[in-house]
Amino acid sequence: MADRDILVKVRNLYLEGRSDETWIPIINGASFDLRRGEVLGLIGESGAGKSTLGLAAMGFTRDGVRITSGKVLFDGVDLINASAAVKRELLGRRIAYVAQSAAASFNPAHKLIDQHTEAPVQHRVSSRIDSERDAMELYEKLRLPDPEHIGFRYPHQVSGGQLQRAMTAMAMSCRPDLIIFDEPTTALDVTTQIEVLASIRDIVSQFDTAAIYITHDLAVVAQMADRIKVMLKGDEVEESDTRTMLASPTQDYTKSLWAVRSFQRPQKPPPPAGAVPVVSVKNVTAAYGRVKVLHDITFDIHAGRTVAVVGESGSGKSTAARVITGLLPPLEGVVEFEGEPMPGDYRKRTKMQLRQAQMIYQMADTALNPRKTIGEIIGRPVEFYMGLKGQEKRERVKELLREIELEPDQFIDRLPSELSGGQKQRVGIARALAAEPKFIICDEVTSALDQLVAEGILRLLAKLQDELGLSYMFITHDLATVRSIADEVVVMKDGRVVEQGPKTEMFRPPHHPYTDLLLSSVPEMDPDWLTNLLAERGVDNIGDAAVGNM
Amino acid sequence: MGSVARIILQRLVLGLLTLLVVSIVIFTAVNMLPGDFAQAILGQGATPEAVDAIRKDLGLDQPLVVRYFDWLAGALRGDMGSSFAQANFASFVGAEAGERVTVLDQIAPRFSNTMFLATVTAAIAVPISLFLGVLAALYRNSVFDRAANIFTLTSISSPEFFLAYILILFLAVLNPVLPSLSNIFEGMTFADRLEKTLLPALTLTLVVTAHMMRMTRAAIINLLASPYIEMARLKGISPMRVIVRHALPNALAPIINVVALNLAYLITGVVVIEVVFVYPGIGQLFVDSVKIRDIPVVQACCLIFAAAYILLNLMADILSILSNPRLRHPK
Repeated sequence: MADRDILVKVRNLYLEGRSDETWIPIINGASFDLRRGEVLGLIGESGAGKSTLGLAAMGFTRDGVRITSGKVLFDGVDLINASAAVKRELLGRRIAYVAQSAAASFNPAHKLIDQHTEAPVQHRVSSRIDSERDAMELYEKLRLPDPEHIGFRYPHQVSGGQLQRAMTAMAMSCRPDLIIFDEPTTALDVTTQIEVLASIRDIVSQFDTAAIYITHDLAVVAQMADRIKVMLKGDEVEESDTRTMLASPTQDYTKSLWAVRSFQRPQKPPPPAGAVPVVSVKNVTAAYGRVKVLHDITFDIHAGRTVAVVGESGSGKSTAARVITGLLPPLEGVVEFEGEPMPGDYRKRTKMQLRQAQMIYQMADTALNPRKTIGEIIGRPVEFYMGLKGQEKRERVKELLREIELEPDQFIDRLPSELSGGQKQRVGIARALAAEPKFIICDEVTSALDQLVAEGILRLLAKLQDELGLSYMFITHDLATVRSIADEVVVMKDGRVVEQGPKTEMFRPPHHPYTDLLLSSVPEMDPDWLTNLLAERGVDNIGDAAVGNM
Repeated sequence: MGSVARIILQRLVLGLLTLLVVSIVIFTAVNMLPGDFAQAILGQGATPEAVDAIRKDLGLDQPLVVRYFDWLAGALRGDMGSSFAQANFASFVGAEAGERVTVLDQIAPRFSNTMFLATVTAAIAVPISLFLGVLAALYRNSVFDRAANIFTLTSISSPEFFLAYILILFLAVLNPVLPSLSNIFEGMTFADRLEKTLLPALTLTLVVTAHMMRMTRAAIINLLASPYIEMARLKGISPMRVIVRHALPNALAPIINVVALNLAYLITGVVVIEVVFVYPGIGQLFVDSVKIRDIPVVQACCLIFAAAYILLNLMADILSILSNPRLRHPK
């Protein structure tokens, strides 16, 4: 390959970030080449420095980040030493960026089309009228509904998946040579993710645009990238073309990433006939104000088993949890605990009833009081429900910490801010265990965590279930999690249960069409997966399915 | 637009309610002032009969609640009563009673003068503040930013009369470009009037600019870390355009509120400036009326001040709501 084909050349790039008064390294000597029309996947866990590296390849650093040494050449232009004016001339016109959250990255004060045409008009690439017409064509290419008019809406009037595609269209507005995609589908549901992935891949190959695709999702990067580069805490781990990387990773860290999805817990035998379920949701209908969000849902959770409730955002999963805990009294129907109906309002439940159902939250960060020590956070339910005080309480807290595999003497007096994300989630689990419940609701407990850490949490929950005979209601939109931990699956859509049954049955055809859509939308590690899926569904079909689900 | 109309209606009703509560507070507070008009006007040697007669004539012998509702009913009809001080008490010495001067007759010209001064000041101060605020945000932490901050903070921290005298010294005494006395009267041409008003308006500009400028700067800088500003920068948009087009429209709500607060101050709180420049505004009338216990005038002034505050804040609320595209264009 001739050297003039190389569009971006990054050599020994070092970046530092300010933390209080000192500068700490973020990227330790990254190097790579990107040819015209090539897609490079940057992969790693949060904190690996992927986004920082992606932005640095545009010659851009966020506040509090600085480039200490190294080279970034874009088509021969030295982006590190270039003046702000020279960089402005390139940004938007020849180098474009697609951000993780389109909802936050579109300016709420202006219409989509005004933001789309801004770069071409400001860079004098085309006139406002031409660029408007071009926007509509791009919207159509990206299969946005009503491409003639959607641009005249404000960002808040458009759904997340559509916004993400509109942002890709915006990045294309000047036909750049390079686009940086920074986790563009992380915030989307699986079914929406597919269309965005397909759209991005089409348009990038159609215009022969080079791209750097940043993500933490291996299966996604396998679909998008020609080559993959793995990062860990600012260090390069390895780099090779996609198929080689998937088939034979050489580094241990890469192998461990690949292995994550292998954790699978065997499904337990069905409960004996006539067994009384721990929790039974019977014909529950619930509403926020006048808007009904649950329609006549019914499912059981038996002792020592895990029921996964899956569905896209807005399907009513979390509302079902709110009804069970009594935070949202149902309009109709009843929640039974071991055969006894419970009052709909948590204020009318006895302490015993409250104790039996505990909850673990998605964002461990916000679910723990930042001003209390770990000992106080776990000690509170120990005292409230179990009536233990003083030394007894402290002993019990230590025991709980040992159960969640945190060294008691090391952690008991620390504050949540001194813990990592995974450790915080463990503390959340210990707090739920402190009440000695029979039943725990896990609300997307792993979705904010990196894969390896999430894996640890799932293993811990499985171990606790075996030891203590707990029942779990596992709310998630991630089918890989379902596969690894569930015994039974409840599929929800638009506030209704569309299908339920044992896991093995659910993952075996025939499915309800919606379950099928959900299942087939989960990216797989096979680099041909997306291509095959699109062929199977027929490209137009995907767009239709999308419109139906928006 | 349905939701916006409903919110605006809600604010309007709330504003009226506030005004009613304020009217009660004003009335009781003013009537709790020590001293009595009849006593004050007749002096030490007044006979109890004469005092009683004046009190009776003015309705001061009625209970407080009755007087409040009389006053409120009058105010609703636009009749703020008659001024005590301008009343002709000739009748008490047997002569023919003349025409009584109403409170509104007294307040109207003064109030229009005050509004003129406030308008001129706002026309100078608001654009300057916004412009300086935007520039300070653009060149934040630069020499310009610091100089603008020091200058405006110094002017807001100095007593108003001091600023007034400094301006008089430089613009009227050393370089006589502007008149130091603002004697406004009816029948002046607009240009004359403007010339006479300019010096107090400039003084007030110095007083109110700092607050508005710093809020503009802070509100914009607050947004500069948001993803859509980063996006604009990554599109290669010039720094000035990033601030004016991408940050400013989203920073309007806090800026509008501070502007409203300062405009309200211009209408209600400029007594010192009026005294220094002998400007015949409502502030002086208010102070004079308190001195001689001219209760109807005091009450009317208070009510006007309160209404100005409530109205300006109401307008600020409504404009802030309208500056939010989520409310202007619901899904």
